[in-house]
Amino acid sequence: MTAPILRVAGLSVRLGGSHILQGVTFDVAATGVTALLGRNGVGKTTTLRAILGEIPAEGGVEYDGVPVLGRRTHRLIRDGLAYVPEDRCVFAGLTVAENLRLAERVPNPDYRLVHELFPELEARAAQRAGTLSGGQQQMVAVARVLLNPNRLLLVDEPTKGLAPAVVTSVAAVLGRVAERVPVLLVEQNLAVVRKLATDAIVLEAGRVAWQGRATDLLGDAEATRSLLGVGSTAGRH
Amino acid sequence: MSTVVLLTLTGLGLAALYFLIASGLSLVFGLAGVLNFAHGLFLSVGAYATWWAAPHWGLPAAVAFGVAAAAATGALVELVLIRPLYTRHTEQVLVTVGLSLAGVALLQSLWGADARIFPRPAWAAEVTGVLGASVPVDRYLLIGAAVLVLLALLAFLRFTRYGLIIRAGVENRAMVSALGIDVRIAFTLVFAIGGALAGLAGILGGMYFSAISPGQGASLLIFAFIVVVIGGLGSVTGSAIAAVAVGLLQQFVNYYGAPGAGDVSVVVLLAAVLLTRPAGVAGKVATA
Repeated sequence: MTAPILRVAGLSVRLGGSHILQGVTFDVAATGVTALLGRNGVGKTTTLRAILGEIPAEGGVEYDGVPVLGRRTHRLIRDGLAYVPEDRCVFAGLTVAENLRLAERVPNPDYRLVHELFPELEARAAQRAGTLSGGQQQMVAVARVLLNPNRLLLVDEPTKGLAPAVVTSVAAVLGRVAERVPVLLVEQNLAVVRKLATDAIVLEAGRVAWQGRATDLLGDAEATRSLLGVGSTAGRH
Repeated sequence: MSTVVLLTLTGLGLAALYFLIASGLSLVFGLAGVLNFAHGLFLSVGAYATWWAAPHWGLPAAVAFGVAAAAATGALVELVLIRPLYTRHTEQVLVTVGLSLAGVALLQSLWGADARIFPRPAWAAEVTGVLGASVPVDRYLLIGAAVLVLLALLAFLRFTRYGLIIRAGVENRAMVSALGIDVRIAFTLVFAIGGALAGLAGILGGMYFSAISPGQGASLLIFAFIVVVIGGLGSVTGSAIAAVAVGLLQQFVNYYGAPGAGDVSVVVLLAAVLLTRPAGVAGKVATA
């Protein structure tokens, strides 16, 4: 068995007097998609932001065997830890082409892959990103990270607020991406989790409440109801 | 008619000064979130460095030295004083206010509190006739310099990688870092650019007023802040539009109204813009 690409041990975050993460511990496999699940407000996004060094945290984070907690965000990104944030965070005043150009980190960014996955972005290169639909903005957000070689993708709620047809295409793209790069995926849509995830971690009140195979979680009616607040058939097509 | 022409060109000259100060101030606040009360110090450094160097090296070299000294001061202030305080906004304001006061005191201790006659080329002291008005040539110098700076800044923001980083950083600097970019280099760069532009404003202000004094930076800074807020934080184009509005309004009301009414009218304009467009003319997007 290969070593995990990411090891999180005893991760603790306090923000504004609240103890949001209380010793979160989990591993992310070096292949496939690991889903980070839980109800709203349990600390999923906080976990990603703490790993990235965007907020102060205590504990341990090992990325590809190297302790990285406390390192500055841009250095981690340059080391191949890519991030697709919640709500896309495209630069609304910049064009699509400028959003992509800003994300280039290597001499030969992979525009061939980006244009193959998102041909629409090539046609809309001169359009301001703020005028795109939610789905198109999500394409820009994912395309930004695909331009560069990555070793791990952190993807935060990529299907949030998107129309069902767009959710399907975003999930298909993530599936293709996961064939070459491991993904830690925060997601509320269990149909997407069912389709993509190999492993799953469930947070509850700032702690890991469950971890194991995603199929085991989604096949356990009692676990999905108590941990995620939904029925066992949620997300089943 | 000749009075209107003279007031317009004088107002535009004043607007040019406000724009040169405000554009750097606006980029610094828009990108780094720093309300820099020490920006007036950069202006004074540019003016005094030029005034000091002109007798030794001649005016053109002295102007280059003044702009470079102001740019270096801006970069140094960011690296040494602001950088450790990016998450501590109150301390940041206190430091820049303190630096501004200390800068004035330092200039007074070195060269006294009295105004000093500022050198300018002989041609800048001449007047030309425009539609019956006798307009000092230095007005064109100010307006021309501001237009060139505006075009250069817009080209920098539009066509260079660092311009792109600054425009993106004004919108969301955390996301710029999350793309693997060290946004702190851009912070230092905008402080240096802001310092250079303020230094140039100090030099041109010295030519416009024919003199420099230690408190000149602080007094111009007040109107530059108003221009920044009216123009929209982080917008160079917004600063240019607001500077023209403030400069012209101030000149015309000061001439046709009661003494001091021009300054009051600028504050009224600020209140009107804040009530109708709280984000200013151009909002919080660095437009190119």
